[in-house]
Amino acid sequence: MFDFLDSGQYDLLGAFWVTAQLALYSAIGSLIWGTALVAMRVSPVPLMRGFGTAYVNLVRNTPLTVVIVACSFGLNQTLQVTLGGDDFEQIGFRLAVLGLTAYTGTFVCEALRSGINTVPAGQAEAARALGMSFTQVLTLVILPQAFRAAITPLANVLIALTKNTTVAAAIGATEAALLMKEMIENEAQALFTVFGIFAFGFIVLTLPTGLFMGWAAKRLAVKR
Amino acid sequence: MSGVAVSKDHEDSPRAQEDLVVLSGVNKHFGALHVLQDIDLTIGRGEVVVVIGPSGSGKSTLCRTINRLETIDAGSISIDGKPLPAEGRELARLRSDVGMVFQSFNLFAHKTVLENVMLGQIKVRGTEKKAAEAKARTLLERVGVAAQAEKYPAQLSGGQQQRVAIARALAMGPKVMLFDEPTSALDPEMINEVLEVMQQLAREGMTMVVVTHEMGFARSAADRVVFMADGRIVEQASPEEFFSNPRSDRAKDFLSKILHH
Repeated sequence: MFDFLDSGQYDLLGAFWVTAQLALYSAIGSLIWGTALVAMRVSPVPLMRGFGTAYVNLVRNTPLTVVIVACSFGLNQTLQVTLGGDDFEQIGFRLAVLGLTAYTGTFVCEALRSGINTVPAGQAEAARALGMSFTQVLTLVILPQAFRAAITPLANVLIALTKNTTVAAAIGATEAALLMKEMIENEAQALFTVFGIFAFGFIVLTLPTGLFMGWAAKRLAVKR
Repeated sequence: MSGVAVSKDHEDSPRAQEDLVVLSGVNKHFGALHVLQDIDLTIGRGEVVVVIGPSGSGKSTLCRTINRLETIDAGSISIDGKPLPAEGRELARLRSDVGMVFQSFNLFAHKTVLENVMLGQIKVRGTEKKAAEAKARTLLERVGVAAQAEKYPAQLSGGQQQRVAIARALAMGPKVMLFDEPTSALDPEMINEVLEVMQQLAREGMTMVVVTHEMGFARSAADRVVFMADGRIVEQASPEEFFSNPRSDRAKDFLSKILHH
């Protein structure tokens, strides 16, 4: 049943390694970008609030495929952005991280915003009354509590992100979905085995994420 | 002391009748509600002013305007001779000199009791961690919760949380302390432990503005009682005079409702 894997023709582990790297870099990027976005959305500066709101509503309602393809055709082929990548594969990978970050950051932002809503307004007042600046109130008092409250929705976002990396196949990142396409074409007799292998591979990546985040959510919960 | 040579940073200047907080012609609206109407109030250094009045009279709002947690529509507020800045770094600096204690304690839930008292010192004052911790422990000792230093706020009783909140405010070395109904959210048996700390502060000469429903505290600790109703200061007097001989009908009515039953 699995004998076609023995041919050495398919680098299954290599492909999933690229998927894992895509997911990891994009996760880091989108957590940072999402935090920046939520800071804009709750800031007292109307211009920043406006930008944050507009960005989130525009990007999260755009299909990911469009975002990723726009990165490839728009940024790379039209504007010659390579993000320092040398070959087609590397450029595709980096553009995919950029697209996934830009897209997933909006969901991180909104998950964090729901976390911020769990922090009683009085805590921000108390922090301001001590003489803290807006940035200090946000980074020392509000966000640490918001992150802990948002772990469960953030787990959803990260799992969705891991699976969304498959879209990067569209711009030539050599990750799991691209290999799956190739295997489906070559090994049509083992179609369901191929599906099974890739489904299992993604579960191996995402299930621990979910379990770990669930544990962390309980462990780090802020007692009120 | 001549008007020109008022030294700004003399923490240990004698308790003279020197104006510390001055509100003049302060007005504020919440939509159609005129919640503060032409408030003129001067609080001297070292003075303990207790603000009482019926619910919705504007006393909490008044307290919150003094460190600009509420903005005002008209009038002026100055603290230690400096007008209250509108926003930004200047406002933050001023707020760090004005301690505030809230009805709902508002301790930082993700920080231990000790960290709560250290945070402002380190991040706002730039105090060394060791010095901040020493000061925090001293203050926690003083308010009687030193044994709880490593616990989180949710593990403490209301009375303990409020005493930590007082220590947190004191850690900044404030010029004036604002108390916005500090005992209103407490179980009856915990009210006294908080009031005792406040009384001790008053005896030590801290300038205090206290919004409260605790008439016993007003009688025993206040230098002056300010009675508010419908957004106005209706009358102000020494506690003896106010409680035994209120002048306005509104104050008589209020006192008759709370003192005889």
